[in-house]
Amino acid sequence: MKSIISDINKLFENRIRLGIMSILSVNQDMSFNSLKEILDITDGNLASHLKALEKNNYLAVTKQFIGRKPNTSYRITDNGRKAFQDHIKALEILLKNK
Amino acid sequence: MLKDVNKSAINKYFSSFVLQSTFKYNIMKNIEKQLENLNGIKELMEKSTQFLSLSGLSGIFAGVFALLGATAVYLKYNTFFSARYFQNLSFDKNQMLNGESLSGFVTFLLLIAIVVFVLAISTVIYFSYRKAKKTGNILWSNSARRLLINLFLPIFTGGLFIIALILHHLYYLIAPAALIFYGLGLLNASKYTLHDIRYLGFLEIMLGILSSFFIGFGLIFWSLGFGLLHIIYGFVMYVKYEK
Repeated sequence: MKSIISDINKLFENRIRLGIMSILSVNQDMSFNSLKEILDITDGNLASHLKALEKNNYLAVTKQFIGRKPNTSYRITDNGRKAFQDHIKALEILLKNK
Repeated sequence: MLKDVNKSAINKYFSSFVLQSTFKYNIMKNIEKQLENLNGIKELMEKSTQFLSLSGLSGIFAGVFALLGATAVYLKYNTFFSARYFQNLSFDKNQMLNGESLSGFVTFLLLIAIVVFVLAISTVIYFSYRKAKKTGNILWSNSARRLLINLFLPIFTGGLFIIALILHHLYYLIAPAALIFYGLGLLNASKYTLHDIRYLGFLEIMLGILSSFFIGFGLIFWSLGFGLLHIIYGFVMYVKYEK
């Protein structure tokens, strides 16, 4: 039980951060704007959650210009994928034991 | 005095019990919240990878347009198809075309095909727009782009191949090729929308293969594949997901 609780990631307790991770786990990469559209949240809100995930090395950021517009896209890192999978696995075990 | 001590001990015991149970309650509540989030994960994964705004209604309409187009071709070149289907004559183009030129026949076929295609695509866009608006999804999303690219890669290939067939005067292979490449397109696109479209793809390919063996029945196979199958598929999808 103790190890399961420790696998539950504090960072993913937030609904939006968990949402970002789940979207990026099934997409090769996603632009800031696409993430914003899917999650239906404000720029500032999304940016702060992305920064938190980026700081933990769960996301990799690519900044480039498409034409003259800056475009920021996000990709899940191996580290992030593992953390996300552990988190989901822990939740699944909890669900089974309920 | 003794009673008081006892009381305080009981109090102490009791309060620690309360503390413990609220702690437990908090953990449980937290877990409940996490499990609730779990439901959201699946939805987000699907929403971000699959285009879910395809409406069954557009399938029905596309099928009806295809049948109307096929009927127009049949009515105008009745004798051509009757000769093929019912009299099993040796292939005498001039007799079957009833005096009309072969190039005129092919031009008419292409014209009808383009009109049907434009009408079908327009209804798909219209009903998708409507469904996206109703469900609060974005129409022109990453998943829509991916769906279109994967759908049209085989269809575009098929289109070029059909142009080659026309140039080589192999008209009898147009319908089979159209069905096969369209089916492959659907199969290829099925990862990016509701997976049911896979079965439509399989059926189109099967019809295409069959029609490539039964030369001369192109129009009938074409009507079955692009008309009837679309109507049935559209109806099933509408009942399953939109009703």
